Amino acid sequence: MMLAQDIAALLPEMVLAIYAMVALLWGVVFTKGEQTNSSGVPVLWVTVMVLFVLAIWIGLAPAGTRTAFNAAFTDDLFARFAKVIILISTALVLVMSREFLEANQMLKFEFPILVGFATLGMMIMVSASDLMVLYVGIELQSLSLYVLAAFHRDNTRSTEAGLKYFVLGALSSGLLLFGASFVYGYSGTTLFAGIAESATQDISVGLLIGLIFMLVGLAFKVSAAPFHMWVPDVYEGSPTPVTALFATAPKVAAIILLTRLLFEAFSSAVADWQLIIVITSVASMFLGAIAAIGQQDIKRLMAYSSIAHMGYALMGLATGSAEGVQAMFTYMVIYVVMNVGTFAFILAMKRDGWHVTDIASLKLYSRQSPTRALALLILLFSLAGIVPMVGFFAKFYVFLAAINADLLLLALAGGVASVIGAYYYLRIVYFMYFGADEGERLDDSVTLMGQILLMLSALAMVVGVVNLFELTDLTARATQTLFN
Amino acid sequence: MMLLLRGDDGQARRNVKILTLTTTVATFLISIFVFLEFDPGNSGFQLVEEARWLFGLRYKIGVDGISILFVLLTTFLMPITVLACWEVKNRVKEFMAALLVLECFMIGVFCSLDLILFYLFFEAGLIPMFLIIGIWGGERKIYAAFKFFLYTLLGSILMLIAMIALWVMVGTSDITMLMKAEVPSETLRVLGVTVVGGVQTVMWLAFFASFAVKLPMWPVHTWLPDAHVEAPTGGSVILAAILLKMGGYGFLRFSLPMFPIASEVMAPFVMWLSVVAIIYTSLVALMQEDMKKLIAYSSVAHMGFVTLGIFSVNQQGIDGAIFQMISHGFISAALFLCIGVVYDRQHTRAIADFGGLVNRMPVYALIFMLFTLANVGLPGTSGFVGEFLTLAGAFRVDTWLAVFAATGVILSACYALWLFQRVVFGDLIKESLLAIPDMGGREIIVFLPLVAMTLLLGIYPSLVTDVIGVSVAQLIADFNESRQAVMGQ
Repeated sequence: MMLAQDIAALLPEMVLAIYAMVALLWGVVFTKGEQTNSSGVPVLWVTVMVLFVLAIWIGLAPAGTRTAFNAAFTDDLFARFAKVIILISTALVLVMSREFLEANQMLKFEFPILVGFATLGMMIMVSASDLMVLYVGIELQSLSLYVLAAFHRDNTRSTEAGLKYFVLGALSSGLLLFGASFVYGYSGTTLFAGIAESATQDISVGLLIGLIFMLVGLAFKVSAAPFHMWVPDVYEGSPTPVTALFATAPKVAAIILLTRLLFEAFSSAVADWQLIIVITSVASMFLGAIAAIGQQDIKRLMAYSSIAHMGYALMGLATGSAEGVQAMFTYMVIYVVMNVGTFAFILAMKRDGWHVTDIASLKLYSRQSPTRALALLILLFSLAGIVPMVGFFAKFYVFLAAINADLLLLALAGGVASVIGAYYYLRIVYFMYFGADEGERLDDSVTLMGQILLMLSALAMVVGVVNLFELTDLTARATQTLFN
Repeated sequence: MMLLLRGDDGQARRNVKILTLTTTVATFLISIFVFLEFDPGNSGFQLVEEARWLFGLRYKIGVDGISILFVLLTTFLMPITVLACWEVKNRVKEFMAALLVLECFMIGVFCSLDLILFYLFFEAGLIPMFLIIGIWGGERKIYAAFKFFLYTLLGSILMLIAMIALWVMVGTSDITMLMKAEVPSETLRVLGVTVVGGVQTVMWLAFFASFAVKLPMWPVHTWLPDAHVEAPTGGSVILAAILLKMGGYGFLRFSLPMFPIASEVMAPFVMWLSVVAIIYTSLVALMQEDMKKLIAYSSVAHMGFVTLGIFSVNQQGIDGAIFQMISHGFISAALFLCIGVVYDRQHTRAIADFGGLVNRMPVYALIFMLFTLANVGLPGTSGFVGEFLTLAGAFRVDTWLAVFAATGVILSACYALWLFQRVVFGDLIKESLLAIPDMGGREIIVFLPLVAMTLLLGIYPSLVTDVIGVSVAQLIADFNESRQAVMGQ
C-alpha cells in the first residue's frame, strides 16, 4: 500500500526513466552500422513527445503535496511548476537543435537519450527533500551533461570542455558530499525536515561547516561566482545545442534545489547563510557583467551573461523571504524564455555552411534580415533588463524583494551591475545595426523551428508587459507550498 | 487616450513617410482635442485612465496643467521632425518606426501617474534614441550612442532603486498619493556623514542623479554635445526639444512635491550649479567650431535657467522654468533644423566652412536670425519671457544668484550673434558656397509653425501661464505647507 503511493508520486519520473532505457536498448539492438543521423531523428522526436506529454501530465496533476519514500521525495506545486519549466525548455532545446546536430553528424540516437537522463536527474533534483535523493539527482544530471559536453568527440574543444566540466564537476560533487556528511553527522538524519529540527537559531558549528560546503557545491552547479571558472570554457567548447541546454534547464533545477535546501532544511538559520548568498550574488553580478565585456564569442558571452543572471536570481534567495523566492522563480522562468530565444538565434548562425559563433560575424545583420535582427534586439535589451521588455520586470521584482528585506545596498549593487552589463548586450546591437559593411555575411539559413521559437520568445518579451502572462500568480502559488 | 502608435510596413519609402506624417498629425489633433477637454482652472489631474497592472502597480495616466503642455509640445514637434527628416535615405522604414515608438514613450512620460509606469516610459525612450543616434548618426556615432545610453541608464537605475524604496516605504506607487504622503525627514547619520533632511535627501539625490543627467546639468552634461553632434538632424531636434524637458518635468513632478524638505535643503546647491552651468557652458559655447556643438552647449546653458527657476520655488520662477522649457523646445528645435538645412547642402557643420550665406539664401538668413535672437532672449520672442521670469524668481531668493545668471544672457548674445555673423554675414568668398540654393517649400513649411509659436508666445505669454498657473500655485502651496509642517514641529 505504501509502495503504491510512493510509486504514484514518482510515476512521471519512472515513465521517463523507463522510456530512456527502452530507447537505449532499441538503439543498441537496431542501429548497428547505420548512418548516424538516421537513427537519431526518430529518437529525438519521440523524446520530445515524451517530454511534452510529461509536462502536460505534471502540469494538469491534481493540486496538493504528495511525498514518497518516507518524505525523501516531495511532489508539491513548487516542484511541479519547476518540472514543467524544465521539461518544456529541454524539449524546445531539442527541437531547435535538430538541424545543427544533423549538419555536424552528431545526431546519434544517444544524444536525445542522454538529454532524457539529464532531465530525469533534474526532475529528481527539484523534488529532493533528502540529502541522498539530492545527490542522486545531481549526479544523474551531471554525468549525462559531462557526456553531452564532450559529444562532438572529433573536436578537441568539445572534448576539452567535457573533461574540464567532469573534473571540476567531480570536485564540486565531492565538496557537496563532504558537506552532506557533516550535516548528516550533526543532525543525525538526511531528511530535510529532520535537519530543520536540529538547525535552529543557534546552529552548531559542524552543521554550519556542512552547510557551507554544500553551498559551495551547489554554487558550482548554478554557476555562481566565485565557483564559475568552468562556465565560459564549457559553454564555448560544447556543441551549441548542449550550450543551449546548459543555459536553461539545469540552471533552474540547481537553483530550485538550492532553494529547497535553504528554505526547507535551513529555514531557521537564515542569518547564517544569508551573507554567503549575498556575497555570491554580488560577485556573480559584477563578474558576469565585467568579464563579458571583452568577449568575442557569443557563446562565451552568454556564459558570462548566465553567471550574471544567476547573481540576480540569488539576490532573490538572499532575502530569505517568500517574496524573494517568488521573485527568484519568476526571474528564472523569464530567464529561460529569453535564453531559449537567444540560442534559437545562435544555433542558426552560419557562414559558408559552417556554424560560427563570433560576434563580429553579425556585422550589419539588420540589413540582411531585419525581422530576425529586431527579434534578437528585443531579446538582448530584455536580457540587459531594460524597460519596457519583460526582462526588466524580472530584475525589478528581485530588487523589490531585496529592498523589502532591507537589503538596499544589494539592490543598489545589482542596479550598478546591470548598467555595466547593458554595455555588452549593446555591443551585439552595435554589430548588428551600426557596423560598417565589410567582411563576409552570415548565410540565410533559418530553420522553421528556430524561427518560430525566436519570434515567439521575442514577442513574449514585449507583450508580457501587459500582465507578465499571470506568471507572478503562478509563482506565488508555487512558492506558498514551500513556506507552509 | 494616448495611442500606442507604431509604424506599419509601408511598401515604398514615400508611403512610410506619409503614413508617419499622418500618424503624427493625427496624434497632434488628438492632443488638441484632449487639450480642449482640459479644464485649466482645476489644479488636480484630469482625464485619468486607470487599469490594473503588474504586482499591485496600476496603469494610470492623466494630465494636469504642467504635463498637458509638454504633451502638446511633443505632439506639435513630431510632425515637424518627420518633415525635417524627409531626406533620410538610409533605412527609412526603421527610422520612422523609431520616431513613432519614441513619440509614444515621450507622451507616456508626461502622462503617467504611476511611479513605475513613469520609469518605464522614461527609460524606454533610450532604446529608440540609441538606435537613432547609432544608425543614422555621424562619424563618431558609436561613441556618442554608447555614452548617451550608459550615462542615462546609470542615473535611471539609481532613481529606480529609490522609487522602489519609496514605494515600499509609503505603500503606494500612485503619484497623486505620493505627493500627499510625507517621507520622513529626520536628520540621519550615514557613514559618519550627517544628512540633513534624512531619508528625503537620500532619495532626492537618487532622483536628482537621473534628472540631472537627463536635463542635463553641469557637470554631468558631457554626453549631450556628443549625442547632439552625432545624431541626425531629426534626432537632435527631439533630443533638444523634448527629451531634455523630461529632466525638468521630473524635478517638478517628483523632487519638489515628494521631497519638499530635501528640495529646500538642496535648493541653494542646485541653484549655484545652475549658475555655474549658465556661465561655464556659455563660455564653452563661445569657443566651439562646430555649429551643432555650439547650440548643444547653449542648450545646457538654457537648461541652467530652468533649474534655477524650479528651485527658486515661487510662482515666477516655476512659471518661468516651464515657459523656458516650452520656448526652448521651439527655439532649439528650430536652430537644429537651421543647421540641418545647411548641413544637407554642404555636409559640414564647421563654422569656418560658411560665411556670407545671406547673399544666396535670404529667406534662410531671416529665419536663422529670428531664432538666434530668440535664443538670446530678445523681448518679443518667447526666449525673453522664460529668462525674465526665471531671473525674477531667482532674484527673490538671492540677488547675487540673479546677477550672475543674468551675465549668462549677455554671454548668450555673444556666442549666438557671433555664430550668426560668421555663418550668414560677410562676403561670399567660399567657392563651395557659390551655388548654394535657398530653402525650398518643404523647408519653409517646417519652419513656419515654429516661427509662429515663438512670436506668439513672446507677445502673448499668458497662453502658457494661464494653463500652468493653477497647477503651479497648488504645487507651491503644497510645498510651503509641508515645509512649515516640519519647521513647526
